[in-house]
Amino acid sequence: MSTVTQDHQAAPPSALSQRRPLGDRSFQTLALAAGLLVLVILVLIAVSTSQQASSWFSHEGTKIFSKTWNPAAGQFGALSFIYGTAITALIAIVLSVPVSLGIALLLTEVVPRRWSRPIVSVIDLLAVVPSVVWGLWGILVFAPWIQHIYASIGSGVTGVPVLGPLFGAPTSGASFFTAGIILAFMITPIITSLSREVIATVPSIDREGAYALGATRLEMIRGVVMPHSQGGIVGAVLLGLGRAMGETIAVALVIGASATITPHLFAPGYNMPSVIANEFGEATGVFRAGLMGLGVLLFVFTIILNVVARWIVARSARRGRGA
Amino acid sequence: MAAVSTGQPKADLREPASWRRTKNRITTVLMVLSLVVVIIPLGFVLYTVIAKGASAISWSFLTSSIPPSVLPVGIGGIGPAVVGTLEITGLATVMAVPLGILGAIYLNEYGGRGPLARFIGVMADVMTGVPSIVMGLFIYSIWVLHFGYSGLAGAFALGALMLPIVIRSTDEMLRLVPDSLREGSYALGATKARVTLTVVLPAAVGGIVSGALLAVARAAGETAPLLFTILAVTSVNTNVFSGPNTSLPSQIFANASSPYVGAQGRGWGAALTLIAIAFILMIVARVITARFAKYTR
Amino acid sequence: MEEPVQDIVTNLPPLGPAAGQPAGDPVEPATGEVVFHVQNTSIWYSAFKAVTDVSLTMYEREITAFIGPSGCGKTTVLRTLNRLNDLVAGARVEGQVNYRGQSLYAKDVSPIAVRRRIGMVFQKPNPFPKSIYDNVAWGCRVLGMKDNMDERVERALTQAALFDEVKDRLKASGLSLSGGQQQRLCIARAIAVEPDVVLMDEPASALDPIATQAIEQLMHQLKSEYTFLIVTHNMQQAARVADMTAFFSISRGGEGERWGELIEYDATEKIFTAPSDKRTEDYVTGRFG
Repeated sequence: MSTVTQDHQAAPPSALSQRRPLGDRSFQTLALAAGLLVLVILVLIAVSTSQQASSWFSHEGTKIFSKTWNPAAGQFGALSFIYGTAITALIAIVLSVPVSLGIALLLTEVVPRRWSRPIVSVIDLLAVVPSVVWGLWGILVFAPWIQHIYASIGSGVTGVPVLGPLFGAPTSGASFFTAGIILAFMITPIITSLSREVIATVPSIDREGAYALGATRLEMIRGVVMPHSQGGIVGAVLLGLGRAMGETIAVALVIGASATITPHLFAPGYNMPSVIANEFGEATGVFRAGLMGLGVLLFVFTIILNVVARWIVARSARRGRGA
Repeated sequence: MAAVSTGQPKADLREPASWRRTKNRITTVLMVLSLVVVIIPLGFVLYTVIAKGASAISWSFLTSSIPPSVLPVGIGGIGPAVVGTLEITGLATVMAVPLGILGAIYLNEYGGRGPLARFIGVMADVMTGVPSIVMGLFIYSIWVLHFGYSGLAGAFALGALMLPIVIRSTDEMLRLVPDSLREGSYALGATKARVTLTVVLPAAVGGIVSGALLAVARAAGETAPLLFTILAVTSVNTNVFSGPNTSLPSQIFANASSPYVGAQGRGWGAALTLIAIAFILMIVARVITARFAKYTR
Repeated sequence: MEEPVQDIVTNLPPLGPAAGQPAGDPVEPATGEVVFHVQNTSIWYSAFKAVTDVSLTMYEREITAFIGPSGCGKTTVLRTLNRLNDLVAGARVEGQVNYRGQSLYAKDVSPIAVRRRIGMVFQKPNPFPKSIYDNVAWGCRVLGMKDNMDERVERALTQAALFDEVKDRLKASGLSLSGGQQQRLCIARAIAVEPDVVLMDEPASALDPIATQAIEQLMHQLKSEYTFLIVTHNMQQAARVADMTAFFSISRGGEGERWGELIEYDATEKIFTAPSDKRTEDYVTGRFG
């Protein structure tokens, strides 16, 4: 999502040359091959994983989306994992987007240039923490601590109509919600930096136009920055969503490994990448094919999300320039 | 004050207490709060890793073999994991970085606005969003099933993860090199390959290396692609091309779910090592950008 | 490129105040209210002094022009008058800048309140990516002037001589208008919030001559309601439009520093026919600049 648009098609004049030297042509072929490798890999991923998952597709047929996942009984319905993926990703987005936008706006509208460097470094530092370290900290430190908080919330809302079932007392710190929180930490750097790139393209003369009318910073942001950037920000959020859906190890450690569909957010759960990570080693036959199939679903979902996100960003960039 | 005005001041420029002003203030507070909300857990994680990991770290820790989980910290270490990470990530880097640079060269120097190049560019971006576990499943399907677990397989998976990242960051750096540099060289009669290799790449090398280092840091920390490709064992394997292997993230993952305090302690030590590696790579990348990147955004 | 001074004089439209005032006295306008009183004001950007020791007084319902070569600080001084320079990191103002008897830079002054009364039109038209209607209405809504919005919008657009051209497509995007229309939309937007003063930073420099003429006519028509201050690099425009003209130029220090400085400020006709300062005469007759 680079905002630099120049690309270089300068080429050596060819009027006087005959065939190009062999070295030059082979280099071009090599470069082309490297580029095509991207497409080849993507196709191979799709083909090979689907092939490995084929016995699951044929075994379950339309029941691949059923609720029951019981390997011992030969039932492999994926719905609970899809549900878990959706719920944890949603929690992550709800928690992360306001924070990410807040930081992005802080950097672009409030903080003077000199001070933005250290803040950006903090965000970069957040991004460099590996998933497994988030998981280690998550399960050994964070989950036990937050369990107390869940317990207090849970006791506070027993009996309350909507909140009770959602936020009832937990059995442990490992739960959908914990996974969602950790995911939120992990996707904040992406959403922040992409949003910041987008917001930075708002021309300062547009901002000044709003300020010159006597608008406050908030009013200027709502009137000028947001309309200008909203497409790009939606794209950034979708990319963060894709990342949240695919993040495996941290989630595997803190989600609680329980294949259920429940509105109880403080309950242990499971999602697609984490069940694959945890169970693949010992799985055989259709079980293994099923896990592979979950991988296929994950691949398809994230590819679609990514393509849609980039299309939205490109379309809004076009609108901003042209209309 | 004014020398010539005749009437009373017509306008009171002091702020009236207004809802607008309050909303603005609240918003600013919220923005700062969102930064704080992010700094606190980050600080907490780093603090915990350093506090708990430092007591485990020592030279022998980094080189001794992995003991049974039940043994306490102080006996044994994570040597095989360090070796594994270095080997596997190193091999992945050697494969992915040159290919990534070549791919970016294609996009920037040869492909241009053509439909194929644009499609590849979009797909490379999309590929950065493929979950790392899917890369692991992919290599499992096409390689491990035929050739068994090995560090090489893990390197393939990590390399596939790194490839689009390197392509994208190199592409950005190449775009920044001004056309005048290329044209001047072509005017001397050099071929495109020669110009690219001897003029354009060196001009962008600072940014390219820095981008590659960040990709390496990312790959070194990945666990999921290695799950089904190296079959995390606890013995050291210096032959990266055959036989199961292990890595720092794999060990941390295994130890995190262990009930034994000793294993957990080793996990923290390994986590500290991993974060230190990633951190060092990040700093080196920054330094290189600051001192050697001739063209920055 | 520059017309001889005589031609400028013969082409002048009739000016409001009587011509032929003695040198040095500002023209005494009908109402006599001081709008801006600038006294010994210098403007700094961090350690760099951009403009030095400016003093002038501007009166209401007059059009004042700032002219001078590029880099002489006229836009800097303009932006100081509505505190838009606050947006530049390191910008600092020394000296007095008073608006209707009140210091603009006093501690408890709110820039937002200032800008509501002192509006601005920019060099490059910058309408919001909203409909024409919303462009004009936005400022009103934000400032709490929400009643009779349709009438407010119509009035502002009419005053900006744009209403007839766009009345059938008020919902169309502001960006779909031509450059000259966009600039009039920006003027409408600025006057919709009923300011006291309108600052204009080279408003016609990006426009063709016909659009430029439209803007200048606008200023004459609206003079009775608003006080205008216009920065322009086009001397003939200043001669056509302004009652008072301030000539700025670049002065150099002993060690090679450059600052903008106010050279001369007087009735327009005097500046162009009988300037007191040689530098003014050089600029106005085209010997430099």
